[in-house]
Amino acid sequence: MTDPDRLRAIIAAHRDAEGPLLPILHDVQAAFGCIDAAAQAAIAAALNLSRAEVHGVVSFYHDFSQTPDHRPLVQLCRAEACQARGAEALAAVAQVAAGERVRVAAVYCLGLCSVGPNARIGDRLHARLDEDGLTRLIAAL
Amino acid sequence: MGFERQPDFGTPEVVAPHDVTLSIDGRPVTVPAGTSVMRAAAVAGGAIPRLCATDSLNAFGSCRLCLVEVEGMRGTPASCTTPVAEGMVVHTQTPRLQKLRRGVMELYISDHPLDCLTCGANNDCELQDMAAAVGLRDVRYGYQGANHLDGASDSSNPYFDFDPAKCIVCARCVRACDEVQGTLALTVTGRGFQSVVSAGQADDDFLSSECVSCGACVQACPTASLQEKSVRAIGKPERSVITTCAYCGVGCTFRAEMRGEQLVRMVPWKDGKANRGHSCVKGRFAWGYAHHQDRVTTPMIRESIDQPWRPVSWDEALGFTAARLRAIRATHGPRALGGITSSRCTNEETFLVQKLVRAGFGSNNVDTCARVCHSPTGYGLKTTFGTSAGTQDFDSVMAADVIMVIGANPTDAHPVFASRLKRRLRQGARLIVIDPRRIDLVRSPRVEAAHHLALRPGTNVAVLTAMAHVVVTEGLGDAAFVSARCDADSHEDWARFVADTRHSPEALEAVTGVPAATVRAAARLYATGGNAAIYYGLGVTEHSQGSSTVMAIANLAMATGNIGRPGVGVNPLRGQNNVQGSCDMGSFPHELSGYRHVADAATRALFERDWGVSLDPEPGLRIPNMLDAALDGSFRAIYIQGEDILQSDPDSRHVAAGLAAMELVIVHDLFLNETATYAHVFLPGSTFLEKDGTFTNAERRIQRVRKVMTPASGMADWEVTQALANALGLGWRYTHPGEIMDEIARLTPSFAGVSYARLEQAGSLQWPVNDAAPEGSPIMHVEGFVRGRGQFVVTDYVPTDEKTGPRFPLLLTTGRILSQYNVGAQTRRTANTVWHQEDVLEIHPADAENRGVRSGDWVRLASRKGETTLRALVTDRVAPGVVYTTFHHPETQANVVTTDYSDWATNCPEYKVTAVQVTPSNGPSDWQRQQAALAERSRRVLAVDAAG
Repeated sequence: MTDPDRLRAIIAAHRDAEGPLLPILHDVQAAFGCIDAAAQAAIAAALNLSRAEVHGVVSFYHDFSQTPDHRPLVQLCRAEACQARGAEALAAVAQVAAGERVRVAAVYCLGLCSVGPNARIGDRLHARLDEDGLTRLIAAL
Repeated sequence: MGFERQPDFGTPEVVAPHDVTLSIDGRPVTVPAGTSVMRAAAVAGGAIPRLCATDSLNAFGSCRLCLVEVEGMRGTPASCTTPVAEGMVVHTQTPRLQKLRRGVMELYISDHPLDCLTCGANNDCELQDMAAAVGLRDVRYGYQGANHLDGASDSSNPYFDFDPAKCIVCARCVRACDEVQGTLALTVTGRGFQSVVSAGQADDDFLSSECVSCGACVQACPTASLQEKSVRAIGKPERSVITTCAYCGVGCTFRAEMRGEQLVRMVPWKDGKANRGHSCVKGRFAWGYAHHQDRVTTPMIRESIDQPWRPVSWDEALGFTAARLRAIRATHGPRALGGITSSRCTNEETFLVQKLVRAGFGSNNVDTCARVCHSPTGYGLKTTFGTSAGTQDFDSVMAADVIMVIGANPTDAHPVFASRLKRRLRQGARLIVIDPRRIDLVRSPRVEAAHHLALRPGTNVAVLTAMAHVVVTEGLGDAAFVSARCDADSHEDWARFVADTRHSPEALEAVTGVPAATVRAAARLYATGGNAAIYYGLGVTEHSQGSSTVMAIANLAMATGNIGRPGVGVNPLRGQNNVQGSCDMGSFPHELSGYRHVADAATRALFERDWGVSLDPEPGLRIPNMLDAALDGSFRAIYIQGEDILQSDPDSRHVAAGLAAMELVIVHDLFLNETATYAHVFLPGSTFLEKDGTFTNAERRIQRVRKVMTPASGMADWEVTQALANALGLGWRYTHPGEIMDEIARLTPSFAGVSYARLEQAGSLQWPVNDAAPEGSPIMHVEGFVRGRGQFVVTDYVPTDEKTGPRFPLLLTTGRILSQYNVGAQTRRTANTVWHQEDVLEIHPADAENRGVRSGDWVRLASRKGETTLRALVTDRVAPGVVYTTFHHPETQANVVTTDYSDWATNCPEYKVTAVQVTPSNGPSDWQRQQAALAERSRRVLAVDAAG
C-alpha cells in the first residue's frame, strides 16, 4: 500500500522541476515497488494531468509496474550480441533456477556486448555468464 | 433526399501569408505554405490513402499508409507529416507505393475480425475503404497469428460501445479527446504489440474514467471500434438533414442522420461556424426525449385544474381556448391576457407568439424566460455600447491572450465553446476566473487559471470596481481608445468614482473575501496582457445588481480598449439555444423586435401598418408582475409556450399561487411539465427535429433549423400558434416559416438582409445584417460603438437585501451541470441520468462538520421563503459559508427556497444569492410531498374515446 505522506513528499520534491513526471514515477517505483492506481491518480492531480495520461506513461515503461512484486529481479540481456553468445539457452536455465521465487525479465542490451551473455541484478552487472554461474547467482538471491 | 457528405482533407487547414505551388501526380497545386502534402493532394482532388489522419486532428504519421514519393527526397515520406515546398514534385501512385501500402494493409487486416457483413460500420468504414483503395486481395500472414480479437467490449457508456477487437490503434480517439475536446480521458496503454486504447486507468471503463461523453472519439474512429449504440441497433443511416442543436446558446450545427422517420445519430457538422465540427454529450446523444413515452401528442382540456385531463381534437381544443380568451377579454379587457415566449422555440415561433399577444390579445403583456437569465445583459450592454448582445464571434477566442470568465461554468454549461477556450489556453493564453466556486476551468488537466477570484456571492460589482480602481490608479487604461471612442464626460465621472480609495481592492477585501493582491494581479493581467476577452454567464446577471455588473464589465473593457477587434470583447454566454433570438424578436413587454420601444410611435406605426391593427403604446407586464396581477385579479389568462415557469422561476410558491388564481392557463409544451399542473389547456409541442425555422446563438448567429421528421402531434409549434390566432379570427396565412422570417426582416432593421435564401447560401449570418453589413457582423463596434460613443456608467456596489444571519448563515448559489439541461424536461428523459440522477447540495467540509453532515446524507435546505430536501455532497469546491446546487429535477424544487429579490433594472431574479440554513433531515419536505401529490393528481388523463 502506498503511504500517502511519503507519496506527497516525493511529488513535492520534483513538482516544480521541468518535466517532473518521470522523476516522480522513478522515485515512487523505488519507494513502493510499484505505482498503483491511487498513486497514479494522486500524481495526475498534483501535476494537473489526466489520470489517463499518467497511466499511459506508467504502462509504457517496463521499469514501472502497477502492482507490487517484491521478488528479486534478474534482468537477462536478450539482445543480438548476447543471443550470439548463447543467451537464449541461458534464459531457459534461468527460468528453471528462478522458479516462482525469483522474477526473470528480458532486457535488450546492457552495453557490455563484448563480454556477454550479461545480466543485471539490482544495480550490479554480471558478465560472461554460463549456466552454472547464472544458476548460482539466482540461488544466492 | 440525399446524404450530406463533407470532404476530409486529412490534416487541418493552414492559414499562411503566402502560397506555395507544387506538382502532385503531374498536376500543379497551389496551397498555403505549411500545408501538408496530404491536404494539398486532397485539395487537388486526389485523396491519398490514410487511416490515422483526419482533418480535425494534427498529423500523427503512424499508420504508414499515406506514403508518397517526392523527387529528390530519399525514401517514402508520410504525406500527412510532410509540408509542401515550392517546386516540390510528388508522386502518390507508383508501383512501389502500391506495394508498400498493400503490405501495411495486410498487417492491419491480419489482426482484424473479418465480420464485415455483420459489423455496425459495414459500408461506413475507413478500413474497408482503404482495403479497397490499395487493392488488398490477399493476406499472406493468415489470420492465426497473435492478435487482439478476444479483447473485451466496453459497453459502460450509455450511448456508445468500445470494441478493442476492431481497434487499429491509430489513436484518433485519443487525439480527438486531447486536441478537440481537451479532456485527455483516453490513452494508449502498454507498448508495442500490447498497445491498446484505454479510458482512464487500468481498472476504469469509459463510464468511470474522466470521459465526458462528448463523442469526439466516436466520430474520429475510422472503424467500428467506437460506435454509437443507436447505429448498431437501427442500421446505417440513409439520408441526412443539416440542422441546429436545441440545447445551449452555443448553437452547434449537426447532420441529423436518418433512416426513414427514425433518427439514427447526430454528427456535428464541420462547416458549423459555432461548433466547427464538435459537440457535447447533450447535443450528440441526448435526443431520446423526442420519442419518450411521456410526450403528449394530443391536445387536452379541462374546465378546472382539479379535474383530469380530457384528450380532444385540435378543433375542440382551439375552439375551447379561443372562446375562453374572448370571454375574458370581453369582461376584463385586453390587459388581462398575456403570453410567454420560449427561448427553446424558433425565432419565427417566438415572433408569432408576441404578435398573437400584441395584435390578437391586444396587450403588450408578453415576456420570455430571458427575464430570468440575461435581461440585465440586454439592459447593460444597450446602455454602454448600444446593442443588447455580445460583441464577438466564438472564433475570436482563438485570438485572445487573456481570457476572463465571470460567473460562468463553460465546461458544464457551454461545453463546445469551453473546448475551444481550453484549446486556446493550452496554446498559452492566460485565464482569470471570477466565481465563488472552484469550477473545472480553475484547474483541470492541462488548464490552470492564473488567478481565481473566489468572491462571496453577491459581490461581483465590488470586485469589478476594485479591478477598475487598479486600472485607473495604476494608469493601465488605454487612453487613446477612450478618447477616440468613448464619451469623455462619462469616462471622467467613472474614473473619478472608481479611483476613490473606498473602491480599492484593500478596502473591499472584507466585503468580497478576495485578497487584495489577487484582485490587483488580475486587473494588471487583464489590462496589460494583450488581447483580453471577457466571457460571462448567469453568475453575473442573476443578482440584484445584475445590470450593474454587466455595465461594470463593459466599463472595464472600454477603459482598457478591449472592444472592436478579434480576441477581445464582452461576451455573454447565453443559456438557451434561442434566448438571443427570443429577445431579438420582441419578446419583452416594452420592446418590439430589434429592441425598439413600444412607446416609439414611428416603430409602432410600422407594425400597425403591416399587421392592420393598432398597438398598445404602454409597456406590458413582466412575468413576476403578471403573477402579482393574477393574485389581485387583474390578470386572468396566459399562453405559455415551451417554458416551465413553476420549476424555473424563483419562489415557486408564489408562482403556483399566481397560476392557480388565473382563469385560463394554456401550456404549449412537449411534456406535462410542472406548470401544466395549473393549466386548463395543453397544446402538444414539437421538438426541434419536427420543424423548420431559425435559432440565434450567443454570437448573434442566425442558423437554420430544418425539419427532419413529421411532428408527432401533426403540427409544428408555429402552426399551433397560427391556428390559435385564426381561432381568434386573425386570419394568418403563413405556409412556411420562411414567410415569417420575411416579415421579421421587413419590420426589423437589424434583420433587414436576412432571408431563408440568404441563409441557405451563407450557411449562417450574424446580425446586424443590413445594407451597412450585408454579410452580417461577426464582431461589433469595430469602427465605433453602435450608440455613437461608449458610455461609462458609475456602478456603486449596493449589497443585496438578502442577508445571512444567525437563522440563515449560509449563502446558496445555483447552477447547471454538463449532462443535464435546465429544468431537465429533456435530459431527464434520456440516458444522461447515468451521470446525474438527482440534484445534490455541495457544502464545504467545515460547514458540513459543524452540522454533522456527511456526503450522501439527506439535508434540509431552508431559506426565508421555503425549504426543500436533497442529498449533500461534501466538497471544497465551494468556499466555507457557500452552498451550491443545481435545479434540474422537479423532485428537488430548488426554487422553493430562492427569493423574489431581483435585478433593480430588469427584475431578473436573484437566483445566485439566497441566505439558507442546512440541517440533517430524514426525507422530503412538506412542500415536496404536497407538490408531488398534486402533480400526480393533476396529470390524470381520461381514456381517449374512439372519436378522440
